[in-house]
Amino acid sequence: MSRQIKAVSLISGGLDSLLATKVIMEQGVHVEGINFYTGFCVEGHTHAIRKKDKAKPKRNNALWVAEQLGIKLHIIDVIEEYKDVLINPKHGYGANMNPCHDCKTFMVHKALEWIESNDFDFIITGEVVGQRPMSQRKDTMPVIARESGAGDRLLRPLCAKHFEPSLPERENWVKRDELLDFHGRSRKPQMALAKKYGFEDYAQPAGGCCFLTDENYSKKLVDLWDARGNKEYEMDDIMLLKVGRHIRPANHFKLIVAREEGEVNFMQGYRNRFISIKTTSHPGPLVLVDGQPSAEDLQLAARIAARFSKGKQDDEVEVELRQANGESELISVKPMSVTEMPESWYV
Amino acid sequence: MMAEYKLDATGLLCPMPVIKTQDRVADLQNGDVLEVICTDPGALNDVGAWCRINGHKLLETQQDEAQVIIKLEVMR
Repeated sequence: MSRQIKAVSLISGGLDSLLATKVIMEQGVHVEGINFYTGFCVEGHTHAIRKKDKAKPKRNNALWVAEQLGIKLHIIDVIEEYKDVLINPKHGYGANMNPCHDCKTFMVHKALEWIESNDFDFIITGEVVGQRPMSQRKDTMPVIARESGAGDRLLRPLCAKHFEPSLPERENWVKRDELLDFHGRSRKPQMALAKKYGFEDYAQPAGGCCFLTDENYSKKLVDLWDARGNKEYEMDDIMLLKVGRHIRPANHFKLIVAREEGEVNFMQGYRNRFISIKTTSHPGPLVLVDGQPSAEDLQLAARIAARFSKGKQDDEVEVELRQANGESELISVKPMSVTEMPESWYV
Repeated sequence: MMAEYKLDATGLLCPMPVIKTQDRVADLQNGDVLEVICTDPGALNDVGAWCRINGHKLLETQQDEAQVIIKLEVMR
């Protein structure tokens, strides 16, 4: 009696990974999903934070995909290991701080570790040749397979016919005839396949799923590294880069100014780790101060906070300066004027 | 014998509440009950979906302005 062939599928939550998995499941392979959390995932965070998004239905798309397919999903926290991928990518960065080639290699390698530990046979991804400029090219995809260690145990069902047969195909674990030849940036073939399978309400294709591909986020990350003089970061740094208006008056400190109520609520959770500033005489946003500000710097920070309050046109605004240990003082400051705040301060 | 446990996932955003739940449940026995306390409202949906996918029983959920509480029973 032949044994059950098993595969693990990298599930990002997008349409491609949904379809790639389904194609293989249709061939009688037992599939389980795996999703790697690097800390830079876009989905969910801003919806969980911003007040205007509170009413939006929230879901984790990777979990949704797994539920649609009826498969288990293993979500793996790789935040620590991913630091090396981001800080020192062998193949460099894309248009922003996205190390997509190294990232995919890393994730496939982690999937390889998983299949070896769990006695599975091969790995599936939803990659489509020609779809993404850095990691999904005819020349880079074989490099990823090789450098990850997975080699021909890595199968890309949606575009398998563009490559030499993989191990699962040669071993007849899957039929090559029933694999696909998608290529390029158009999502129409994928959407047609989704319709055929009856999948609806999937995450919209071509949406950015990683903050590292976002220009504004990447600028803030580079600013953080430049100011610190090294590329170290913690989870709190990643999270705080996603919220607020970041203003750096000097290399040794910056302000994070909440832009709306949801961000205020989120940033409140960091008051025991940062100096915080809040206007008390007029409504205004919560401001966190990151870095090593002097007393004079804090006066400047208070004036900036006042600038973003309802008292910005007044001569004087009262401000609470609160240390991370809870000690606070009230001071009165003149709000900064627009002309006093150079564009270069905005990160 | 069935035991009850609490998991504090407050202050964590998606998918960390699910990861913490997943990792905690890995150490529990059939019939054990886990109460997960979150501040991310998305956890209500995410932990629920995770339970359905992995065959665990969602017993009860509560939600107010401040937090979300999800109670599940481990099924093996």
